[in-house]
Amino acid sequence: MPSVSSPQDLPARPRPGVFSRLGHALRDPVLIEPAIIALGALIVAAAVFSLFLLVLGKSPATFFSLVWMGGFSSWFSIQNALQRAAPLILTGLAFAIPARIGLTLLGAEGALVLGGLTAATIALPLQHWSLPALVILPVMASAAILVGALWMGLAGWLKHARGVNETISSLLLTYIAIAIASFLIEGPFRDPASANKPSTQPLGPDLRIGEMFGSSVHWGLAAGLVLAFVLWFLMARTTFGFAARITGGNLRAAQGQGLAVGRLLLTCCAIAGGCAGLAGFFEVAAIHGQANASLAAGYGFTGILVAFLARQNPLAVVPVAVLFGALDAAGGLVQRRMEMPDATMLVLQGVIFLVLLVSDTCYGRLPFLNYTRSGDRT
Amino acid sequence: MSQSPLPPRALALATRGITKIFGPMRALDDVSVEVPAGSFHALLGENGAGKSTLVKCIMGFYGADEGQVLLDGAPVRIDSPRQAQAQGIGMVYQHFTLVPCLTAAENLVMARAAAPAVINWRQETRGLEEFMDRMPFRVRLDKQVADLSAGEKQKLEILKLLYLDQRFLILDEPTSVMTPSEADEVLTLLRGMAERQEITVLMISHKFREVKAFCDGFTVLRRGRVTGGGDARTASVTEMSRMMIGETELRERAARESRGLPRPRLVLEQVCAEDETGRQVIENLSLTVGAGEVLGIAGVSGNGQAALVEVLAGQRPMSGGRLLADGAPFTPRRADLDRYKVFGLPEEPLRNATVPRMTVAENMAFRSFDKRPLAGRFGILSPARIRAQSRDLIRRYNVRTSSPDALIETLSGGNVQRAVLARELSGNVDVLIVANPCFGLDFASVAEIRAQIMDQRNRGAAVLLISEDLDEILELADRIAVMSEGRLTPAMAVETTSRAEIGRLMGGH
Repeated sequence: MPSVSSPQDLPARPRPGVFSRLGHALRDPVLIEPAIIALGALIVAAAVFSLFLLVLGKSPATFFSLVWMGGFSSWFSIQNALQRAAPLILTGLAFAIPARIGLTLLGAEGALVLGGLTAATIALPLQHWSLPALVILPVMASAAILVGALWMGLAGWLKHARGVNETISSLLLTYIAIAIASFLIEGPFRDPASANKPSTQPLGPDLRIGEMFGSSVHWGLAAGLVLAFVLWFLMARTTFGFAARITGGNLRAAQGQGLAVGRLLLTCCAIAGGCAGLAGFFEVAAIHGQANASLAAGYGFTGILVAFLARQNPLAVVPVAVLFGALDAAGGLVQRRMEMPDATMLVLQGVIFLVLLVSDTCYGRLPFLNYTRSGDRT
Repeated sequence: MSQSPLPPRALALATRGITKIFGPMRALDDVSVEVPAGSFHALLGENGAGKSTLVKCIMGFYGADEGQVLLDGAPVRIDSPRQAQAQGIGMVYQHFTLVPCLTAAENLVMARAAAPAVINWRQETRGLEEFMDRMPFRVRLDKQVADLSAGEKQKLEILKLLYLDQRFLILDEPTSVMTPSEADEVLTLLRGMAERQEITVLMISHKFREVKAFCDGFTVLRRGRVTGGGDARTASVTEMSRMMIGETELRERAARESRGLPRPRLVLEQVCAEDETGRQVIENLSLTVGAGEVLGIAGVSGNGQAALVEVLAGQRPMSGGRLLADGAPFTPRRADLDRYKVFGLPEEPLRNATVPRMTVAENMAFRSFDKRPLAGRFGILSPARIRAQSRDLIRRYNVRTSSPDALIETLSGGNVQRAVLARELSGNVDVLIVANPCFGLDFASVAEIRAQIMDQRNRGAAVLLISEDLDEILELADRIAVMSEGRLTPAMAVETTSRAEIGRLMGGH
């Protein structure tokens, strides 16, 4: 163990250069430990899933090469992956932000569906008054964000004011949200022309959000990237984020500091709901063009997995979401080429989630990391 | 009550020279206690005196470093609570170990080491009824434990031990959760059983009244050593309290500057608070702390001090009364804490005042992160300034850490408290609320932290010191009030009172 530097020489230490700081970071357990454990968990999950394939008499090698082909190998498949990653970034953030303040909020799916429905329906009268798309689209997005924020904020309010477990309430609110949405889509808001699949009236072509730079990736990805950075900044570099981290790390300490714990909890929930609602807006405006049952495609739940693998770090959510987008994109290929049911990908996601939960027990126990380095016990 | 046909085979237990060392601390030092068969023995001592450690050594939770336990005169080796149970030694803990959603009968059957896989309830119920008939007190077997009163639960805990045929009962403050009348009832019954040589009881207690009324022998521990003992029926409360809290002044009273009548800075008016179950733990508590004085609140733990600290820290709502700072209504919100310059040093700072997984620098910024210069425009933080501030504080308060970026949980207890002290005391302090600030700290840290508190008083802060360590209070306080069963005695000037008087008030007299 290195000797304790005497307190007196601490301020006099010269400012380290970029490279030595990078080297320092690479040896800092706080930074590399999550990366090592997350990667290890993915490898173990792949191994377990291979066993599952072998039992079914399928070749794991074929499977993983198909995933590579379907998700990463060509510009086409990369676009496919990125397109699916867009909502996952947003729903991943919707889990990660409340998690930083100590809440396990599962409600992103419900907020996404309600946000999408709101965007699709609020656009119709505005379209009718022939307002320009540049006015309507922001209104749609804001309304989707607002509805999502209110919906998840409800779970936060129940937690703060009534002590209701937020995990349970947000999960149940999700099913209520989906039920409300299908009631409205099949009832009052139904487009009579949608005979086979009940939907709201389709948006006009000018309200469809185009693709970025000639690719098939829509602007939701850009929104996700920006939001991931903004929310990282909010949590890491602002007084709000600092107070939220105190609250998440030790509620008693936060109360002792007189922080407005309730307001912080509610705000984090509302931010989460806003992210999910925005994901719903993009699903409607860029993919489906109307609200229907396809909105509840499970992005809200996969987002939980994304946030877990990213250790609730808003920046890490982005690459993880791309990885899961690629898995999703490869699903169809696996289904066709290997003659496997489309639930295969759900099995893989489930295995990853389970291994991840187990891998949480490895923190602080990696034999090759020097944990004592970042602080000496005196 | 029918004469109990329980066979009279109470166990005698003795410890010989038990020593237990935790790191640098001798928690028990050569402790020998003699509990003859059929006696009702009290184990007295202040918090941290080593009572719990001793019974945990007897029960096999801890292995003693030296010494041995004798059962009926023969040495026994007990490595786990299960072995203790097999030897006939049972313990009732301070907190209930019953399953609330099961009935009393189910709890009893479940406690058996070898309960059958398939339970024949009719047969079990018959067996339990027969058992109950032999007992001096009963609990309704078909009632859910959640519906029992605290006294009934405690009776059931004791019945559980008797059901398992344990004849040496260790009770850890068994009456702390009961009303006085419930306590008297249970203790009377136990005393009766002991007199009939059916059981032997070793009871940890803080309450002189109970010890005087029910026990025959007593042993006093202080700082891990036996400081006295004798016959509880003849010893006076004054003698017992002197053994418990010592009589030699270990430390000079801290240097103080006296001034005229202080101006009231912090006032509590008729404050009430309840615990989670709605039981009132603070009753109409009023006090005034003036500028430049230390008001010490003494008392045995578990008499509402924890709730009082939580109320003042905003961690527990008040069910009545109000707080005033500088004469104006005060709530423990951040804006008020800043306006009236209220700061706090809680006990167990790692649990109450820090976020263990944040860095030392971040933890030191809890009071200042939302103000200039750490926060810039639009609430944007400057990590460099947070680090610079902590470097300065680390140097001034001599916090031993490898770097400001180390997680605070990697620091030793004394250094965590020093870091919190640096955060709370580095600015202007008008009101300081301190709770057991030195709990579990080494000698050097203790002296330093007390000096810092005294320094704040001399600079004109109003200090409220809530402590279970009477030495600490006598060293620091200008006035002393004693808390007992949620109520506070009027404050007395430290010169006009004595240890013996405080000890008596602490015991609820």
